[in-house]
Amino acid sequence: MSTTSVDAHGHSNNHAGHGYGDNNQLYVHFHRDDYGSKFGMWLFLFTEVLLFGGLFVLYYGYRIAYPHDYHNAAMELNIVMGAVNTLVLLTSSLTMVLSIVALRRKSIKTSLFYLIVTFGFGATFCVNKYFEWSAKIHHGIFPGSMELRETRPAGEVVFFGLYYLMTGLHTFHVIVGMVVMVFCFIFIRTGTINSDKYIVLENAGLYWHLVDLIWIFLFPLFYLLH
Amino acid sequence: MNNTTNTNYTNFYQVKTKHKGLLAWLLTTDHKRIGIMYLISILSFFLVGLTFAFLMRLEMLTPGPTIVDAQTYNSFFTLHGMIMVFLFIIPGIPAVFGNFFLPLQIGAEDVAFPRLNLFSYHLYLTGAFLALYSLIFQTHIDTGWTFYVPYSLRTGTDVTLPLMAAFILGFSSILTGLNFVTTCHRMRVKGMKMFEMPLFTWALYSTAWIQVVATPIIGITIVLVLLERSFGFGIFDPTIGGDPVLYQHLFWIYSHPAVYIMAIPAFGVISDIIATFSRKSVFGYKVMAYSTIAIAFIGYVVWAHHMFTSGMSDTARTVFSFLTFFVAIPTGVKVFNWVATLWRGTIVLSSPMLMALSAIFLFSIGGLTGLHLGSISTDIHLHDTYFVIAHFHYVIIGGILSMFIAAMHFWFPKMFGKMHNEKVAKIGVVLYFIGANVLYFPMFIMGYMGMPRRYFDYLPEFQIYHVISTVGSWILIASILLMFTNLLIAIFKGKPVGSNPWGAKTLEWTMPSPPPLLNFIETPVPSHDPYDYHGHDERNFEDVKYIENKENDIINQENS
Amino acid sequence: MSGHNEHTSVDTHEHLPSYGKNVMIWLVLVALTALTVTVASVDLGNYTFFVAMLIASIKAMLVINIFMHIKYDDILMKSILLACGLVFTVIFIMYSFDLFNRYTG
Repeated sequence: MSTTSVDAHGHSNNHAGHGYGDNNQLYVHFHRDDYGSKFGMWLFLFTEVLLFGGLFVLYYGYRIAYPHDYHNAAMELNIVMGAVNTLVLLTSSLTMVLSIVALRRKSIKTSLFYLIVTFGFGATFCVNKYFEWSAKIHHGIFPGSMELRETRPAGEVVFFGLYYLMTGLHTFHVIVGMVVMVFCFIFIRTGTINSDKYIVLENAGLYWHLVDLIWIFLFPLFYLLH
Repeated sequence: MNNTTNTNYTNFYQVKTKHKGLLAWLLTTDHKRIGIMYLISILSFFLVGLTFAFLMRLEMLTPGPTIVDAQTYNSFFTLHGMIMVFLFIIPGIPAVFGNFFLPLQIGAEDVAFPRLNLFSYHLYLTGAFLALYSLIFQTHIDTGWTFYVPYSLRTGTDVTLPLMAAFILGFSSILTGLNFVTTCHRMRVKGMKMFEMPLFTWALYSTAWIQVVATPIIGITIVLVLLERSFGFGIFDPTIGGDPVLYQHLFWIYSHPAVYIMAIPAFGVISDIIATFSRKSVFGYKVMAYSTIAIAFIGYVVWAHHMFTSGMSDTARTVFSFLTFFVAIPTGVKVFNWVATLWRGTIVLSSPMLMALSAIFLFSIGGLTGLHLGSISTDIHLHDTYFVIAHFHYVIIGGILSMFIAAMHFWFPKMFGKMHNEKVAKIGVVLYFIGANVLYFPMFIMGYMGMPRRYFDYLPEFQIYHVISTVGSWILIASILLMFTNLLIAIFKGKPVGSNPWGAKTLEWTMPSPPPLLNFIETPVPSHDPYDYHGHDERNFEDVKYIENKENDIINQENS
Repeated sequence: MSGHNEHTSVDTHEHLPSYGKNVMIWLVLVALTALTVTVASVDLGNYTFFVAMLIASIKAMLVINIFMHIKYDDILMKSILLACGLVFTVIFIMYSFDLFNRYTG
């Protein structure tokens, strides 16, 4: 916001002309309000937190109902896979920040490079998840499977149900984040996002950090508590 | 703020746009056009829901089958509940009047995210049509609007589409909320502080917060039911480990605050109307704003009072029952402050004012009977009886639908630039009041005597109450149709009005009616009190006949 | 929540952000991850859950404050975050009244 002046209300003063006149043509100001966009993004993130919140509430409820089954089921998850994915997401969060830093320092190339790296980490996460899930499914552990219904106690059925739901919803968010990154990449290339107008990239970053944030809690809850 | 008719401008209906015809509306980002579109769609869905209500009451006229069989009756109450809750009463006031008047009341050109606003409307429309399609043309769903598991997992009727519809509608609600919160923070005209916003705006602001922070919970719950039905995750299914009580927790974590999504905007409308027609500032403005926030917050700590008979632990029942009584405090503050605002006011008995007065009365009955349901001991007796139905219909019909209709009358001149026939409107209000009482009061008695809700058949001893109630439904529906027709006629034949026919003080009355495209011709200057009646001269407001009479009285007094 | 018409610009920090600080935070986050994995193999009895959640919360605070910039944002942004957190906590507390007494009572 170095070149655009912003009045006390945070509304940029860079809109030209006024809405009347123009031969009664519809002219709606899309006035620029970066602070407002960020504010809206945070509100959206809250809705995401609450969306996962419903699942956390269930996880918590069944954890109290079936402490031993949770314990036993968590033993079957692969800590190494989980830890690697944690590192992957943490690092991708860093590269996302660095991409914004680079953009604000006007080095477009570096910014794009970090964005690609972040995208790559996201993809790595998904591939990892794919192998992890495949292994589980191979052992007959998936929602509605005979193995779970016939041989496992109720708590383990619920644990694996929640495991698939929560990690699945999380991976879906990772994929959405990657799609957003593709758009950011294009916009940086075309100059729509630049060192002055970087709010879109910043919001994409906020979203990506939220994805990381949720994983920070999912990892210990599913993989470590045994 | 003088009341002049200014014809030298283009109002938002006349503005030429990039698109022609219907597309000029469907692709608009103008908050006023979006508000009007919501008005049309929401009222259409309301009429559908009203039809089902009418049929249900008709069915209950005699014991046993009267016009339909039991299974059809089951789908009738589900349809009525779903349509009225998800399509009408939750979006209702915020989507229609919030969209139209929030930017006007805070002196803004539009909401903070106009395109998101349009997207939100399209989501609403998609969800609504999906719901209507599945409800009416597919197998007749019979779960009730609450979709309680395990029945919703087992039922042979198709709940998938209605659930998806509810999910989409929830998304629309979230986006509207997000937009309004940001708008209140970022778009206020220069010089207007948070605590200088009109109370209707405050109400929308609190509602928007609930929409943002509660709706996602129902979203995920719906997704879980869908997945449970198709894959058997075992999360809610008691046969493989799930706990249905946890479903009820999640459901009510949203759906109780949703009650306040419905009610708080109605409170806001009452505040604005009472201040305007008492010609006085609202008594205890700040407390009113705080109590709005307080209701929104308390909504999060009382949800399980819907579950007293569901098998919760006793501790939880006690705690939730205790906290439920706290809702009465901020609500009581509001009711007393409205009454205190009336005190020594110059009361103008216009149709919106009459409706607001009747709403205070009816809503108080609804609110006070809520206390019976909030205390465990009485709730065990009254749970799932007609008493509950009477309670929440007194709140919704008496407090919320009535304020929706009052808002339609109050802001009608601003939205359409015409004045409706006040005499007919007032007859409608009186009929509405009578109808609501005749319809719902017998239900308290029936419920107390043990008539369970959602039953198709009943014992002969209840028939007299059902007959009275059904007659009441005819009076109520007649009054609603009378008022709607009156407004519809006024759109075409009403007398044109100036900027401020009612003598109101909030900013939306400073521009000509209907408003121009970007709302304000000159940047408005807000006063420190949104209802500042100092130096108000009643004689400037002579659009409406009764005000002329009032004016004559004033002149007579001055002469004598 | 009153009278915050005062915020004047998007970022209250005028200086250009640096690479170094973010890398530092990342190192701390990685270290904390290593710590939580190590602690998990030690049997702490009932405390396992709390220790794991404590470490996760510290990591979350770092991500929110630094990566998500909340530390540099104005009071309004901080207070809405707090409000959301408060609601979330309240839901958990109220819900516990049922769980603890039904399942473990």
